[in-house]
Amino acid sequence: MTHHTFQMPITEAQVRALRVNDTVTIEGTLFGIRDANQIALFDKGRVTRFDMKGHAAIHTAPNVRKVSKSAEHPTGYAPLCVGTTTSARMERFTRPLMDQLGVRLIIGKGGLGAGSLQAFSELGGAYVAIIGGTAALETTWVEAIEDVDLDDLNPESLWKFRVKGFGPLLVAMDSHGGSLYDEVDRKARARRANTLAKLGVK
Amino acid sequence: MRIDPAQVEEVARELYIRALKILPPDIKEGFRRLAAGETDATAKKVLGTMITNITIAEDTDNLLCQDTGIPIYNVTIGRGVDIPGVELQRAIRRGCERATKEHPLRSSVVHPITRRNEHTSCGPGVPPIHIDFCDDERLVIEMIPKGSGSENNSWLKMAIPAEGVDAIKTFVIDCVLEAGGKTCPPTIVGVGIGGTSDLCVTLAKQAATRPLGTACEDKEGAALEKILSEAVNTLGVGPQGLGGDSTSFAVHVEVAATHITMNPVAVNMQCHSARRASASFTPAGVEYGF
Repeated sequence: MTHHTFQMPITEAQVRALRVNDTVTIEGTLFGIRDANQIALFDKGRVTRFDMKGHAAIHTAPNVRKVSKSAEHPTGYAPLCVGTTTSARMERFTRPLMDQLGVRLIIGKGGLGAGSLQAFSELGGAYVAIIGGTAALETTWVEAIEDVDLDDLNPESLWKFRVKGFGPLLVAMDSHGGSLYDEVDRKARARRANTLAKLGVK
Repeated sequence: MRIDPAQVEEVARELYIRALKILPPDIKEGFRRLAAGETDATAKKVLGTMITNITIAEDTDNLLCQDTGIPIYNVTIGRGVDIPGVELQRAIRRGCERATKEHPLRSSVVHPITRRNEHTSCGPGVPPIHIDFCDDERLVIEMIPKGSGSENNSWLKMAIPAEGVDAIKTFVIDCVLEAGGKTCPPTIVGVGIGGTSDLCVTLAKQAATRPLGTACEDKEGAALEKILSEAVNTLGVGPQGLGGDSTSFAVHVEVAATHITMNPVAVNMQCHSARRASASFTPAGVEYGF
């Protein structure tokens, strides 16, 4: 259980060093991805001008306020509340995110499935769990919205955040086939019969 | 008691923002209870982070969760309440729109086919406004921003009488296993039993959004929710699906009579950010609560 502080972007070697139950803190750049922008990128053939190679992407759509452009708010958006959404809906986008855009880390809640675990193993990636529903805390780690692309999809735009001390977050799926979610699910399903018996189910 | 639609609009606006920022006391108490009993080290940390977040949201006047949800308004109309129904509905809708634009809040509501977001948190049929009646001289508006992580974990099973109560118990356990960490546990598991298919799902939502510490008014329903509450926390799903004892704050059950040939059961879940706010209009004025 090692703690890693990552100044983004990172290399394949850095992500392959991660093991389930390690912790990670992200510094610098973090991209915000979501259902609509991934449907646009991977199903509808739209392209982004962002270079996401070696970067981390978080499953999010933030609450923002429109403000005048300034050094503090270069896009004219101030972050109000940035939190994390359920990852499972975006399972099939893990592989294209990695092999087309070069993303190394996916940050989300609730976990991803077998296809993603395979992609992490083959291409060198990991899934890092944030505590869902704790957006007020998460927002304190976001310094600014540095850039935004595909903004016609707002709030599901492609966001580029500048973050400071974003973590510690828990490595929940690694590039060595480890998944905390699979482990918990397997154990929970093994307890099912006993739980039902205690409820008197015949 | 005459009610001014402009005041209803203000209250509907205020309730949406309040619900997103301040967690009800019964949910905070639920967190304290779970944290005190949790035996898993990771789960203890996860619960600790959630409790810290509640404080940060209040201290920084920020939203607890970025998901502004689907806004739901539950209206209870008592005796002597004087306001045209259509004006009441319009005022609530305007208040919801104004909260979204004026705070501002992320509009999480889109047209289901075009996926177009009007940035008002409103659309066809949304916000749903449910009307009920009571005996007292008051008007109560309850606001629930229902997050999608938990709402996407909703199920209906039209079981048959031959499957009995066992079908209901098994279904609840299997839904909790299927939901895993996707619902942002610890959850309130809302179970609707009986009725028609639509009523059954409505009951499940009412159960999921009922305050912690309250019991089903039906004796059989109350007994069932008690044993199911203990049972789900033996599965080990834990907060965020990362393992632990604290899978759910509680299982809540609501029941309705059903047909001799039917045995419907529905499950709707509420996430740990179990947000709600309410306001009561009486001859003495408006009072906010949860």
